[in-house]
Formats: sequence, C-alpha cells, structure tokens
Amino acid sequence: MNMSLGLMLQFSIILPLLAVIGIVLTAHKPNLRESVSIGSSILLFFLVINLYIGFQQGATISVHWWELIPGLPISFSVEPLGMLFALIASFLWVITTVYAIGYMRAHHEQNQTRFYACFAIAISSVMGITFADNLFTLFIFYEVLTLSTYPLVTHSGTEEAKKGGRIYLGILISTSVVFLLLAIISTWFVAGTLDFKPGGIFSPDVNKTVAGTLLVLFVFGIGKAAIMPFHRWLPAAMVAPTPVSALLHAVAVVKAGVFSILKICVYIFGIDLLAVLPSTQFLLYLAGASILLASLVAMRQDNLKARLAYSTVSQLGYITMGALLATSSGVIGSSMHIATHAFGKITLFFCAGAILVAAHKSKISEMRGLGQQMPITMAAFFIASLSIIGVPPAGGTWSKWFLLMGTIEAEQMILMSVLAISSLLNIAYLLPIPFHAFFSGDKVTTPGSGIKEAPLPSLIALCLTTIGCVILFIFPQPLYELSQAIVESAGFTHGK
Amino acid sequence: MLIHLPVLQVIIPLLAAPLCLFLTKPRLVWLFALIVSGLAFLISGLLLQQVMTSGTIIYDLGGWDAPWGIEYRIDRLNAFLLLIISSISTIVLIAADTSIRKEIPADHHVLFYILYLLSLAGMLGIVATGDAFNVFVFLEISSLSAYALIALGKDRRALWASYQYLIMGTIGATFILIGIGLMYQMTGTLNMEDLSKRLPEVSQTRTVFTAFAFLIVGICLKLAMFPLHLWLPNAYAYAPSIVTAFFAATATKVAIYLLIRFTITVFGLSFSFTHFPLQLLFVVLGLVGIFVASTVAIYQTNVKHLFAYSSIAQIGYMIVGFSMTTMAGMTATLLHLFNHALMKSALFLALGAVMYRIGTTKLTHFQGLGRQMPLTLAAIVIGGLSLIGVPLTVGFVSKWYLVMAAIENGWWPVAALILLGSLLAVVYVWRIVEMAYFKPALAGTETIKEAPLSFLIPIWTLILANIYFGIDTRLSVQVAQAASMSLFGVTP
Repeated sequence: MNMSLGLMLQFSIILPLLAVIGIVLTAHKPNLRESVSIGSSILLFFLVINLYIGFQQGATISVHWWELIPGLPISFSVEPLGMLFALIASFLWVITTVYAIGYMRAHHEQNQTRFYACFAIAISSVMGITFADNLFTLFIFYEVLTLSTYPLVTHSGTEEAKKGGRIYLGILISTSVVFLLLAIISTWFVAGTLDFKPGGIFSPDVNKTVAGTLLVLFVFGIGKAAIMPFHRWLPAAMVAPTPVSALLHAVAVVKAGVFSILKICVYIFGIDLLAVLPSTQFLLYLAGASILLASLVAMRQDNLKARLAYSTVSQLGYITMGALLATSSGVIGSSMHIATHAFGKITLFFCAGAILVAAHKSKISEMRGLGQQMPITMAAFFIASLSIIGVPPAGGTWSKWFLLMGTIEAEQMILMSVLAISSLLNIAYLLPIPFHAFFSGDKVTTPGSGIKEAPLPSLIALCLTTIGCVILFIFPQPLYELSQAIVESAGFTHGK
Repeated sequence: MLIHLPVLQVIIPLLAAPLCLFLTKPRLVWLFALIVSGLAFLISGLLLQQVMTSGTIIYDLGGWDAPWGIEYRIDRLNAFLLLIISSISTIVLIAADTSIRKEIPADHHVLFYILYLLSLAGMLGIVATGDAFNVFVFLEISSLSAYALIALGKDRRALWASYQYLIMGTIGATFILIGIGLMYQMTGTLNMEDLSKRLPEVSQTRTVFTAFAFLIVGICLKLAMFPLHLWLPNAYAYAPSIVTAFFAATATKVAIYLLIRFTITVFGLSFSFTHFPLQLLFVVLGLVGIFVASTVAIYQTNVKHLFAYSSIAQIGYMIVGFSMTTMAGMTATLLHLFNHALMKSALFLALGAVMYRIGTTKLTHFQGLGRQMPLTLAAIVIGGLSLIGVPLTVGFVSKWYLVMAAIENGWWPVAALILLGSLLAVVYVWRIVEMAYFKPALAGTETIKEAPLSFLIPIWTLILANIYFGIDTRLSVQVAQAASMSLFGVTP
C-alpha cells in the first residue's frame, strides 16, 4: 500500500466512520453488513500495523487538523504508548467482530445495525484517543466515546438497561465535565499549552499545591479508569450485550481511561514532578484501596459478568497505581498491563458470553460441571484466569512482575503487599469457576441436555485471544520494547 | 444604497408589516414575510462585514446631526446581534406556514405575519439605534406585537400567559422609560454616545443613581433574569411554536444587549460596577438562576416548559459571564448569546414539529417518538447535547470560554459551579431521551409520521449550524472577541 504514514494515521480514525456509513447502507442485508464490519476492522488493523512498522523505523508521524478554538488544535501523532494501545484495540476489534457475529445471531438480538454502527463509532473515538497529540483532542474523543457507547450499553432497551445506562452516563459525564474539563482548562491556564510533551508541560517551579490538585482532578475526572469511588458505571454497563462488555468494557473504554491517566502522568506532569507532588501518595493509596476492595466485592458476585466487571475495576487500579508510582518499572508495568489484561479479560468475557449463548447461564453457581459440555470454553477461561492472576504461562506474569518491581523501586512496601494480597484474591475469585466446571461431582446439567460449545465464530474468537495470552508470555519482547520506549521518550533513566 | 443599510435594516420589516394587509392569501403573505426577513438577514450580513473591516458605522436619520437627530450607530456588538436576530428569524419563518396552519385559526394568519414582522422590526430597531428614547419606542413595538403573538396560541392559557407577560413587560418598559427620562433630565440628551460623555459630570447625583437602578431592574425584567423570570415559562409554553422558537432565540438576547449597552457604553464600567454591588449581585443571581431554573426544568411535565426553564438557566450563564467585567467574560457572554440562539431555536422548532404531528408537547406523549419521528427526535437529542455542552457542539465552545474566563478572574468556585450546573442539563435532556427511546409508543399513535420537510429543513439547518459552529469557531469567536474589544475600548 502506497500511502504516506500521516494519511494512514488519519485513516485509522476516519475508516471506522466510513464503516458506519457502509453498515447503515447495508442494514437490510445482514451478511453484507457484517462483511463491512469485518472488512473495515481488518483494514484498520492493517493500517495500524503499517503505522507500527513505520514507527519502528523511526519515522515521526503527526497530523494537524484544524484549530477548534484558537490556540487549541485537533492534532494527532504517534508515540509508543498510543501505538501500543492502538495495536491492541484494533487487533481485538477484528476478533470481537467475529465473535459478535456468532453471538448476536445466536442470541437473536434486536437492532443489530445500530449495534455495529455505534461499535464502529466507538472504535473511531478510541483511535482518536490513542493518537491524540494534546489533551484537548483527547478530551473530545473521550466524550464521543462515552456517548457512542451509551446506545450499546442500553442496547436491550429494557428497564434494567435504562437504569444501567443512567449510571453509566451519569458517572462518566459528571466526572469528565466537572473534574476533567476543569482540570484541562486550568492546565491550559497554568501551563499555557495542552500538548503532550515528554517530561511534562508544567514549569519546574509550578505551585505544588495547584499541580497536586490538578492531578487529583485528572485522576477523578477520568472516570473511565474506574478508580473507586467512581467505578459504579462499570458493573452497571454489564447489561450490554457481551461483545460490548468484552471489547469496550474490558478493553477499549476502560483502557482509554487508564491510558489517559498514564499519558497525563508521563506527558503532562512528567515523572519527576509527579514524584514530588503532595497528592500522589494519597492517590496511590486510593488506587491500592480500589484494587483490594474491588477484589473483595468481586468474590461476592454470583453473576459471572458482574464478577468480571469488579475484577476489571481492581485490575485498572494496578495500571493507575503503576502510573502514579513515578518509576520506570511502574510505567513499563502499567503499559504492559494494558495489553496483558486486555487479552486476559476479553477472553474471560468471551467465555461468559459463550456460556450465556450456549448454556443460557449467567450465574456462577449454575456452572458446575459445565466443563464436560464446553471443554474448550472452560479451558480458555482457565488460561485467561492465569493471565489475570499473573502466573505462567500467561502474559499477565510480566506486567505484574514489573508492577511489583515498581513498588519496590518507589519503596512503597504497603503497596507491594497490596499487590501480593490482590493476586491471592484473584485466585480465590477466578479459579474456582473452571475448577468446579471440570471437577465438580454434582452435575447440575445432565449429560445429553443439548448444551454444546458456542457458535463457531465465537469459539474461534475466544481461542485466538487465549493463544494471545500465551504468546504474550512467550514473546513479550515487542510489548516490552514499546513500553521501554515510553520510558525512554519520557526522558528518565531505567531504575531511577 | 450601501450607506443607507443601517436604516434599511429596520425600516424594511417595519414598512413591510402593514403591506401584508394587501396580500390576502396566507401563503403569499408567508412568502412575502420570508423574503423581507431574508432581506434583513442579507443586510445584517453586509453590515457585519462592513463593521468588521472598517469600524463603526454612524448613520444620521433624516440627515439631522446627533444629538438633535436620531442616530443609528452600528458597531461590532450590535452588528453581531442584528445578524443573530435576522438569521434566526429567517430560518424559523421557513416552517411558519406549515406550523401555523395547525396552531392558528385561518383568519388570523395574515395578522400573525404582520405581528411577526413588527416584532422583528422592533428588535432590530432596539439593537440598531444609538438613541435611548428610540430604544424605548422600538421596545414597545416589539413587546406589544409579542403580547399579541403569544395570545394567538391555541391553548386558552396563552391568553393568561400573554396577560402576565403584558403586566411584567409593561412594568419593565416603564422602568426603562423612567430611567431614560431621569437621564434626560440630568443631561438634556438622549443620544447614547452623548450621554456617555455627559453622565460622568453628574454621576454623583442621586437622580443618576435612581435612573441607573430603574434601568437595570427594567432591563432585567425584560431579560427574565432570575428572580424576575416569572413571565417567561408560560409565555414560551403557550405561544404558537413558531413564536416560541423565534423569541427564545432572540427576545432575551436583545435585553442582554441593552444591559451591556447601558452599563458599559452609556454609564461606563467604572460607574456601573463601583457605585453598585452589581458584580456580586449578578454573579450570585446568575449562579442561583442556573441551579434553580435547571432544577425546576427537571421536574417539568411539558417539554416546552422544560426548555423555557432551561432558557432561564442559560441566561444565568450569560449574566455570570457579564458580571466578570473582563474582556474574556464578555466574549464568553456574547459567544453564548449566539450559541444559545442556535440551540434554542433548533429545539423549539423541533418541538413545533412534534406539536404539528401529535398536537401536544407533554413529556408523556414523547413515548416511542424516537421510532416514529426519528429525524425530529435526533435533532432534539443533538440540540440537547449542545445545551449540555458536549464537545463538537456550540455549547462546548461557550462553556470552554466561560470557564476559562472565570479561571482567569481567579473565580475557581464559580468555574466549578458553572460546570456542575451543566450537569443538570444532562438530567433534563435525558428525561426526554429516555421517554422517546426506551418507552413503547402509546396505543393508537401508530400513524404518527416524521415531520414534513418544511419543518425538517429549518430544524436541521439550525442543528447543522450547532455542529458547524462547534467545530469551526472562527467566525463566532472572532466576532465575539472583536465586539467585546470594542466595548472595552481596546483597538484590535
């Protein structure tokens, strides 16, 4: 493909929007409509891969659109962290689309055109977030992402969906408008720019109280990172169809949140400033509390998707914590965790959806003995759980390792023990599910009750992401290099 | 011809109004009114262009020099206002023919257009003139026609609403007249420019204080500033839909213009804001207005009432921006003036379309409308998002500038309250969204169709303007900035 890298960058944002038009136009021909979805997702992944290759060769890729408000342009550029997130999001979009086709048809969902169209808009805004060159651009796509996922959350149109949608929109909009927007405008006022710059944009002699307050506003304002007490929207969003929960509420939306936090920590505040701000310690403990409390809540959930949602809240706390640790290992661990958790959690959700479609079960207590009928799904669930817990042979091992290193480098022994305890809790709320499915004696489901594995597209999808988890363990090198590049571009030396 | 533009701006709709009587066919009158309003739009565009390039235009009416004669003075501020009024008037009029067929008895149609044009001429006159007494004259022209227009509403409560407005509006106008009279007594002049030169000499007298107080209260009544807003909700709710769309976008804006003109140009910033606790008063009333009116809006059962209360809240934002007495604050206010006109005209016109199809705007009747009138409801959603201040709509631009201005002033709590207030908009807009999209259609309403094109075209023109000016802010921001610069006497 002979296309300049800048053009490709723009197309990675515009392409999903073009897909929306295609999806709407082919609304009455489901097969064609789904081909449009799959085709554009593959094309998007191809574009992002090309960007990655160009980026690895050292090209600087940036695009400047226009100034929305004088002095505040919408512009995009490629940097390691964004590249990492874009690769994950675009790759998982392909797989989720395959999965969704199997799921949505088997589940006889309504309004599938709206579903695929909103999905594509959401992906477009995720791409906008990943490549945003300044906070302003990031904020715009952040809000578009919230609004475009609202129809997906409330897809079923039931009373429960309406309530879930209220909480979803209520928390995400309030936090972003009251805290985030205020923080952004104030940052503009204090620093005079909103561009992401390695090392941060605040002058070294900035008032520490002001900068500290801004940091709190940012962390609270990015509700998508689901740090407690602003996490309620995530369990509420579980009323959405499973593909939405899988890609958006385990990967795209929540990762957009922690990605923004990471990006603000590294490129707005800068690690050096972050380390000396008075509020950092408070936020670290808040993240630690979020990790533990969410894990504890997860243990009490009998609904599989709710349990996974709380598990996500807990895992997001890891990433936020890693970013706030202000050490190179912390940042590396955080960015790697974005990837490894994405693969692990999307697999778990795929499994939950497969169980729902094939066995019509959503409660964990009903899943005993299900391993007999759905061995592949349950095996995938097991491996993905290992990734979340952070033990070999799954990718989560590496990111948790670096996060632990980060806490040690920062001499945060309390947080180190938080991570250790949380891993134990992860075992306690995840592993019993596949364990009981395979080894439980009292089978609720009688053999021959007709429960089979999920439709083939869904099964292929969940196998692919499981393999992804393992590959991330065996070949973490590319992922590590990208994460390392973030640290290098941010201008601080390894093991500070 | 070009040098006569300032007076043509006002005189064309004024003279066109009685001419309507000769055209007896309603459709013909509609076309005529549309052309007249379009002409006014064209003229205001030319004026704005002229003013932006070559500065203030001074036009002596009938060749009599000011201060003896009446002077029309077009600077960046009122050229901007003229453009807002005439553009909204023209776009709204496109839907008038269809809408009033359903809402107004046939024998009143010609009357409607006469009143509409008179009201338009009145508002344009208030803005264009540089003479304080002339302001009062045009104020009465626009107000009297407004009372009659509101009374044309199909609902019998329109009469009561109109009467309420008549009483309150007359008190306001009388106060303004008293203020102008007292100023005349002290200075012997009615020309605004002249007044601004002579007032400082007598500024320490009780008469001038009294004049100022009367003027401010009178104008605040007209602009429905909380707590002087009581006339507004019913007037907006029961007036014919076209009238609401037109007035919601323009009438209160004209009053805000008067407030700015009198406090800053005529009395001067130092007089207005040092002798009176005006700043404290306005910032508090503005913020209280935002919260009280938004909260009341949440509990409305009629969507027209809901958006009327929302209008009062939005006026609060403009008042807060104005109270900062900085250039940034003024820019934010003027920007919001323009942006809010775009939002509310679109929203009320969309409500007009709903009224046209189902004959009511009660919230409970919005059930299932999302499927039956997808384009109209989509317009309401986008307009609502703009009202909330979602990025890529004009509402976001306003909010950004207002919060920025508050922070520049060091008013951190005010900045936070402004943002907090905009959350209330989410609540009342979402009540409509949930009703329209999550409830099944009411029984017996299966036949409801999408609104006719004559509605959809103006509605979507305004909605696209909401998006366009939210993405490309060059025109609106530039003009608003230039206007506030000229107000504060800074040469760009």
